[in-house]
Amino acid sequence: MNYVLNDRESAKIVEFIKNFARKNSLWVLAYGTGCGAIEIPPTMTSRYDAERFSVRGAATPRQADVLLITGYLSVKTLKRVIRSYEQMQDPKYVIGFGSCTINGGMYWDSYNTIKQLDLYIPVDVYINGCMPRPEAVLAGFAKLQELIGRGQANGWRHYKENLEWYRQNQRKLIKNWKMPDYNW
Amino acid sequence: MTFWQTLGAVLLTILIAFISGLFYMGIRRKVIARIQNRYGPPLHQNFLDVMKLWSKESNIHHGIMQHLAPLWMIAMGVSTLLFIPIVYNSTFWANFTFKGDLILLLYLMVFGSLGFALGAGQTGNPNSAIGVTRGLSQMVGFEIPWVMALIAVMIQYKTTSLTDLVAWQQQHHTWIAFQQPFAFLAALLVIPAMFRYSPYDIVIAPSELASGPPSEFGGKYMGLMMSSGSIFMFAKLALIVDIFLGGATSWLWMIIKTLSLYMIPVLWSAINPRYRTEQAIWSLWRWPLIFAVLGLIIASV
Repeated sequence: MNYVLNDRESAKIVEFIKNFARKNSLWVLAYGTGCGAIEIPPTMTSRYDAERFSVRGAATPRQADVLLITGYLSVKTLKRVIRSYEQMQDPKYVIGFGSCTINGGMYWDSYNTIKQLDLYIPVDVYINGCMPRPEAVLAGFAKLQELIGRGQANGWRHYKENLEWYRQNQRKLIKNWKMPDYNW
Repeated sequence: MTFWQTLGAVLLTILIAFISGLFYMGIRRKVIARIQNRYGPPLHQNFLDVMKLWSKESNIHHGIMQHLAPLWMIAMGVSTLLFIPIVYNSTFWANFTFKGDLILLLYLMVFGSLGFALGAGQTGNPNSAIGVTRGLSQMVGFEIPWVMALIAVMIQYKTTSLTDLVAWQQQHHTWIAFQQPFAFLAALLVIPAMFRYSPYDIVIAPSELASGPPSEFGGKYMGLMMSSGSIFMFAKLALIVDIFLGGATSWLWMIIKTLSLYMIPVLWSAINPRYRTEQAIWSLWRWPLIFAVLGLIIASV
């Protein structure tokens, strides 16, 4: 029995089943920071119906699997995003939505928005565009599902392993670092 | 019945209730999607959700009461199910029915919600606290007509045994729903509130309370709650089928009857917005209570 449980092949099969369930059940916490939030209602409701691809909204970070950052992030919002991200349960994924999360987009020389989301929380999939249409959002979800199925969406693991580096970047922007000391 | 037969019956009952409960929820999601002119998720979506929640790798809790809260729920769901006779005239599927099981079930069915209220209180989330107060108020709202409807049936047939009720209906080839229509109407109007579907979804109001009491439950806790929810849902449906709709002579009839009964709160919830708390309670204390009192009068005359 022990031999079977520790066997590498059976572990691979278990991981395959787990990933199959994970990729076919994505509960999304849509963090409506910027203008991109306006694309989420048509994606979720009758017109484009993300639920047929097993993508569903979640009410709180604790229940969510995917954090959807829709648009620019001001420094003030970044703090809340980090807290929300850290409250989510592993494995968790992040989708950067719109040009603003990639290089700042039209806010590239703004004094209080971040340029690159990847420096602060690990992003698994970027969706390009300003704004990306619901079709593009669904394509982004499909890409994320493909990555999860192959076991390559490991941003959450990367975040845990390189926590010091992420914290350094976060503290550089957030001057009054008064985060509560909670267990994840 | 040997020990092993009893154990097998119990485990099989739980398994079938779990699977059919999850499928019913899948059908509900599909039906609501079609009503909203969407395609909807596949029927087995809830199985994938439960599997995903069980394969979460981190599960945090805020204290021992919260850790136990989903366990109260599943204890209630399983124990409620095990006191309900599933198939008429079968010793194998009779589970643990005894002479006074209807009275015991009235107690058992509120036990899990009360335990869960304690667990949700420990999370410290304000949404949980609001959800718990709303949930307990609503419970007072629907428990009164529900218990009165059941008492009307108990008085009319002078029994507190589910097996006797099912046997009476099977032998007389009729349903108590026709013999005692007012009690049945009261129970029927109370079902949406028992399932906490719209318009009675004031407890788990996702857009208003961020899912209320379970808002701090993630990962395997959520998975356990979904599993227990499906079992308890099937148990409640089977109970109402046994009392009012003549029970079942086989598992197939049980599935058909519970699924058709389940469609009533589902279709009712698909077209309804949410009540406010006082509206919910007053709507339960108006017509359902009037029908329950009428049923009680008819039963005792």
